[in-house]
Amino acid sequence: MHKSWWKILSFVLLVYTIIAGFLLDVPRLFILNETIRNLYFHVCMWFGMMILFGTSFYYSIKYLRGFDYRNDIFARNFASVGSLFGILGYATGMIWVSVTWVTDQGQSLGSVLKEPKLIGAAIALLIYGAYFVLRGSFTDIDKRARISAVYNIFAFAMLFPSIWIIPRLVGSLHPGAPGSDSGNPALDRNDMDSTMRMVFYPAVIGWTLLGVWIATLKIRLELFRDKKLIHDN
Amino acid sequence: MTTKLFTRLWLLALAMITSTVGFAQDKPEMADLMRSNGKIYVVVAVCLTILIGLFLYVMLVDRKMSKIEKDN
Repeated sequence: MHKSWWKILSFVLLVYTIIAGFLLDVPRLFILNETIRNLYFHVCMWFGMMILFGTSFYYSIKYLRGFDYRNDIFARNFASVGSLFGILGYATGMIWVSVTWVTDQGQSLGSVLKEPKLIGAAIALLIYGAYFVLRGSFTDIDKRARISAVYNIFAFAMLFPSIWIIPRLVGSLHPGAPGSDSGNPALDRNDMDSTMRMVFYPAVIGWTLLGVWIATLKIRLELFRDKKLIHDN
Repeated sequence: MTTKLFTRLWLLALAMITSTVGFAQDKPEMADLMRSNGKIYVVVAVCLTILIGLFLYVMLVDRKMSKIEKDN
């Protein structure tokens, strides 16, 4: 095992997240009630996704600067773990929505389906889905690496309008959207207190580092496989 | 007699109104019972077990990968 301080840090932070996340006090709010603790899990998935996609974006640019094939492998695997986090964020959001929006706020399925934040997140994930389809459609390794690196830059540029800007412009049921006091469509800062922040930020770091760990494992596997391929020829 | 009845009715109505107002101002419901009887620790233990299991698994994959990398 590659012994790294950040792998241990990830473990420590996530153990802390679960212990402090369930045991510390949270603000008492209507509708949210105890589900506000989902902040340490659901929101962290999206933050982790953005950081992983950002890393993928960085390696795509790095690839285009020197055409080092290793950077293409890095970009691909960070994007794939980022997508996994996005899907987990979506799935956890679905469970949360079914209680706080549908049951407690009496929102109809129609208004949930029209929800700009959900549509935006779905678009962002589908754009990244297309990235993998694009990669799979090439037989030539260099062409695949070049074109998908360019596409990855486009995908990252689209991530921010679809999950940050558009839900900010139109009304949204999501906490923090216009109409719910603060103009931040990701999370309502008024709902968080300092105790929650004390758990939330470490949780984001912990989950992201776990994602990075899984990504590095996939990268090492692919680097190894390709090395073997070269040796066989 | 009638005034007494009226007073009683008024008091009853007042009691009903105040009780409903009292309900409306009730604090958001939290899982305080779970905390007071300590069952929240069961949840924490379950989640920690899953987390530790997950990390052990990732660690084992990491170790296996390192071994393969070393052998070749």
